[in-house]
Amino acid sequence: MAVQQRDVIIIGGGPAGLAAAVELYKKGIKNLLIIERERSLGGILRQCIHDGFGLTRFQQTLSGPEYAQRFIDEVEELEIPYITNATVIDITCNKTVRAVSPKGILEYRAKAVVLTMGCRERTRGAISIPGTRPSGIYTAGVAQSYINLNNKMVGKEVVILGSGDIGMIMARRLTLEGAKVKAVFEIQPYPSGLPRNIEQCLNDYGIPLCLNHTITQIKGTSRLEGVTVARVDEQRKVIPGTEKDYSCDTLILSVGLIPENELSLAAGIDLDGRTKGAVVDENGQTNVKGIFAAGNVLQVHDLVDFVSTEAERMADAAARYVSCNSLEACGLNVRTDGNIVYTVPQKISGKKDFVLSLRVKKPMRNCEIRISQNGEVKKTVKMKKALPASMIQVPLRKEALSDRADLEVAVTC
Amino acid sequence: MTQQFDVLIIGAGAVGSAVAREMARYQLKIGVLEKEMDVACGNSGRNSGVLHGGFTYKTGSLKAQCCVEGNREFDRVARELDVPFRRCGKVVVGFNEKDMASLKRFQARGEANGAAGLEIIDKKRLQELDPSAGGEFAMYSPNSGILDPIAYNIALAENAKANGVDFFFDQCVTAIEHTDGIYAVKTDRDVFKTRWVVNCAGLYSGVISNMLGIGGYVIRGFKGEYIVLDKKAGAFINMPVYPAPNENGGFATHAVPTVDGNVLIGPDSYITEDFEDFGVTSKHIEGLIEDGSKMFRYVKREYFIRNFAGIRAKRVDPETGEVLDFVCEARDEAPNTVNLVGIESPGLTSALPLARRAVALMAAREELKPNPNFNPVRKAVCKFSRMSLAEKEELIKKDPNYGEIVCRCENVTRSEILAAIHNPLGACTVESIKNRTRATMGRCQGGYCEMRITKMIEEEQQKKETEILYSRKNSYMFTGKVRK
Repeated sequence: MAVQQRDVIIIGGGPAGLAAAVELYKKGIKNLLIIERERSLGGILRQCIHDGFGLTRFQQTLSGPEYAQRFIDEVEELEIPYITNATVIDITCNKTVRAVSPKGILEYRAKAVVLTMGCRERTRGAISIPGTRPSGIYTAGVAQSYINLNNKMVGKEVVILGSGDIGMIMARRLTLEGAKVKAVFEIQPYPSGLPRNIEQCLNDYGIPLCLNHTITQIKGTSRLEGVTVARVDEQRKVIPGTEKDYSCDTLILSVGLIPENELSLAAGIDLDGRTKGAVVDENGQTNVKGIFAAGNVLQVHDLVDFVSTEAERMADAAARYVSCNSLEACGLNVRTDGNIVYTVPQKISGKKDFVLSLRVKKPMRNCEIRISQNGEVKKTVKMKKALPASMIQVPLRKEALSDRADLEVAVTC
Repeated sequence: MTQQFDVLIIGAGAVGSAVAREMARYQLKIGVLEKEMDVACGNSGRNSGVLHGGFTYKTGSLKAQCCVEGNREFDRVARELDVPFRRCGKVVVGFNEKDMASLKRFQARGEANGAAGLEIIDKKRLQELDPSAGGEFAMYSPNSGILDPIAYNIALAENAKANGVDFFFDQCVTAIEHTDGIYAVKTDRDVFKTRWVVNCAGLYSGVISNMLGIGGYVIRGFKGEYIVLDKKAGAFINMPVYPAPNENGGFATHAVPTVDGNVLIGPDSYITEDFEDFGVTSKHIEGLIEDGSKMFRYVKREYFIRNFAGIRAKRVDPETGEVLDFVCEARDEAPNTVNLVGIESPGLTSALPLARRAVALMAAREELKPNPNFNPVRKAVCKFSRMSLAEKEELIKKDPNYGEIVCRCENVTRSEILAAIHNPLGACTVESIKNRTRATMGRCQGGYCEMRITKMIEEEQQKKETEILYSRKNSYMFTGKVRK
């Protein structure tokens, strides 16, 4: 097994990996390699045939494959090296990357490793939905891949649990393919997907969205026969007597996405319990020097446009790292108040411009995001509406920051 | 179906498959009838996967005899059949004086049963053996172990098949008639003729007994639910951790590592009337979290990947409800039958000892000629994830399909999936593939690989998408094509 040397190994050829590769190349880092496990580049966008991608970045509405193709074309034009059909099985803290491919085990030593593995869907088992185990229960992304990539129709009478974006998009997709989507049930008092998807995927098709509801029973021993749905109280406990049966042959789960960090853990990378992604600094660098992360492996995004820009910003830093073999230390923590779920990055230097991503815990109106250091307000952003479904991004300029004190982020109404 | 068999075995669980394998040592034409689409669909695939030591069963009982016998020989059995197995030991932990009295009682019973090496250990030793275990003290059983129960069931069946046994799936026995020394076993689809019938029907062993003309057995379903934890939690546990048993030797929720590195939390125990109800309930899952946390410190939601339930087929006294011993008998009122009733825990450990007793009952009634071609050795499909780097390299060189990972959580390759699709028993549901390869059993639960597997089934078996089954009959996965 010959070991190959590379400046940068990029793990995953989805939107984040592609954007990172192009940016690294443009910054002069040409000895790089994208490793992709599928037969072609593009990642999850390959199965996202609906439109709405690229509005921010290209000011046009593209389908997922179209959006991906713009980056793939650039990769091809620049002749950026990539391999497909190769699955990375191991990354070490000294940046050795091992992949399995039909050609054998491939081993690389890299100056820097870029993690762009994306995310996976939360499953039935993870949330312990009670009941039997018939066929006809799919996570939204799996149903999407069956319908859009495999030409297999998953069912006729559908109930959807969870109001994630992919679930709503599948509600529309299934309806367009002739299935009857009875309702979308969401346990939280607010939707977890974007307002535009509620409008375009549910309201336009007369599909009801029932908040404060969950599934209490799954029925059928062979194929799914029905589900029992009940209302929940503020503690998300089922309110007895509110149970209602729905007959259906298909249940679609859209109950959350989890950054895919199994490889990161093996490399000794610290994860943030809130994002389930790596703890990173303003450079997108993890606690392991020279290993960087961006895109859904770092934090689950609601728009691919943000994935691309996050990956590009990270790639700029990774290019500097490869050239200088180190980056400025980021010793300041980003701290949050009780209204914020998380921020990315979690660490900063106070000496560099960066974009702070955050999500609020619950919907808030006429609120203000206040960013301060040592009690001194550095920036405020007023928002008419802040939703958990919509990631908030706040650009911060180094001139406004101190390099001596932690950053405090608060949202108040 | 006009084939005539010497022996028909009803049920392809661990016991039925073990009986098939042991009977294949003789010159007999043997068939196995199974109502499901594969082996290990009942309780043989729905248990804790523990090789029991034999200290809780009444001294002299068939349960005690078979368990101790099965435990002693299992290193050889696992080697012969290539079954993942680890004699990791087990601790039965206690918190108070009552527990200590219970442990001492079962230590004495275990010694009387012939279970070797049992010792009462203090908290310090317990923490050395398993730092994540709850409990103030424990009984340590060094000879207990863990095995992959589904792999064991498959191995027994495949070895039986390799030695000439025929397996028939999707054949639910509905009636048995006996005329002129020949049994006509009717299923929902066919009629099978045979000279001997062996009842290994598990939960339905009482029903089959009745069909054979042996009345009076009452089987009660003791259902138990489980939580499967991620392999990340598996790093914290060395061996099964059980609570001190109650007076009847019954155990509550325990924590058990699996040979693949996951952890099982469960089972609890409650009576069910419905022997097909393998569903789980919120109430019981909550109970498992509470009770399981006393055994194992890492019962955390972030580690949950799946739930399942099993139903133990306990034979009970119809009057008192008391749980009774295994039955393995050949009764005069039903000539040429072997009746195995109420085989529950420790049924996995006891499967081969019970099978040998079944053969002995048959041999006592007719002369059995040894099968000179019998080969007790069976090789499992080579598991890529268990190989060293050099071995992986070698495998890919020989077969590039080993270089394509289909299930990324469990690192299952295309080659292994292909072998599972073309398995010797001819079972081919998505669950059949899962049970043979571990594909879809990881933390993403098939999110990545299931669509690849269904596509491969479609291609390899020349099936239409509507013919692909998830697990049971009628468990179709697709209603058709999206576009013609």
